[in-house]
Amino acid sequence: MNSFHPAAILAQAADVSPLDYPGPAWSPYLVGFLIGVLSWFTLLLSKDTLGASSSYATISGMLGKVFAKKHTLSLAYFQDNPPRISWGFMLFIGIFAGAFLAAATGNELTGRWLPPMWEARFGADSHLLRTGIAIAGGLLMAVGARLAGGCTSGHGISGTMQLSIGSWISAAGFFIGGIFVAMLLYRI
Amino acid sequence: MNESTEKHQRIRQLSLGLLFGIIFGFLLQKGGVGKYHVLMGQLLLEDFTVLKIMLTAILTGMIGVFWMNRRSWVELDIKPTRPVANAIGGLLFGMGFGLSAYCPGTNAAAIGQGNFDGFAVAAGMIIGSYLFAEAGNFFKSGFFDRGNMGKVTLIDLLKTTRRPTIALAAAALIIVLVVVERIGGR
Repeated sequence: MNSFHPAAILAQAADVSPLDYPGPAWSPYLVGFLIGVLSWFTLLLSKDTLGASSSYATISGMLGKVFAKKHTLSLAYFQDNPPRISWGFMLFIGIFAGAFLAAATGNELTGRWLPPMWEARFGADSHLLRTGIAIAGGLLMAVGARLAGGCTSGHGISGTMQLSIGSWISAAGFFIGGIFVAMLLYRI
Repeated sequence: MNESTEKHQRIRQLSLGLLFGIIFGFLLQKGGVGKYHVLMGQLLLEDFTVLKIMLTAILTGMIGVFWMNRRSWVELDIKPTRPVANAIGGLLFGMGFGLSAYCPGTNAAAIGQGNFDGFAVAAGMIIGSYLFAEAGNFFKSGFFDRGNMGKVTLIDLLKTTRRPTIALAAAALIIVLVVVERIGGR
């Protein structure tokens, strides 16, 4: 079946449920508490807060320096935020390793391109569709995060816990926009 | 500060970043938020794992950070409030979040646990970040900066002291957590 055809997409099960797939290994309250404790220590020992989105900008600047050094370094964003290895970048690299360790110890390594829930909705041959949607999602998130000043970690956890007004506005936007698009993808 | 102390400081800072990142990634994966269906389930309002983790982290973090700040152990690290940029940027981010299901941090956790579609999200993020840089001053323009309030918190907004604000915020967070637990889902 051609999974790009709208009718084919609609023909797939419309009632795919996220609850049919395994939930978290640990209690979300325990994990939330420990992330909160972690945030104490990042501020105390590193004078910095949890965040992730700016590391993608760092990588884009590093790649830009390889392919068009002069132009990249002429951009105001990279002058204000030089693309170099920083505390936040190391934190970002650590996330990959930590998640790998957690999945390996919990027998949860997946090693697949299509998430099972996506596959149930859009078909087993929807690799291109998933790739296109994932890239588009990444594009929007990067522009949105840079405009808002942070992501689900930087604003959604680090900023909100310091009761920053801008962070609460941003976090509300994250979920309003996210719920809207998720409903379009899975519930229309 | 002499050169070797400076270098030592940098190595210490970068090593701490890596260590904190490993712990953060470990916790994200154990919390299930490296999983596509858990994130998408939250946006479909059927699986509340993400909200439970975030609100518990905010509650715990808030109490500890303000307590340490009071004792002058830490400085707060707050970003400026730009209502227009926060709202529009937040909504754009949210729409991207809805498409990819992974957000920037959980995307790294998703890749770490073997969800290779996270690489496509990362590619989009890298391209998008460069496009943002290319756009230069467009996003810094007067429109997006309208109503810029600077580094402002709920404490400033309520024109009150810290303790009642934090108590109020803590109570609100706990109430939402209890309600979410009651209405079920996951």
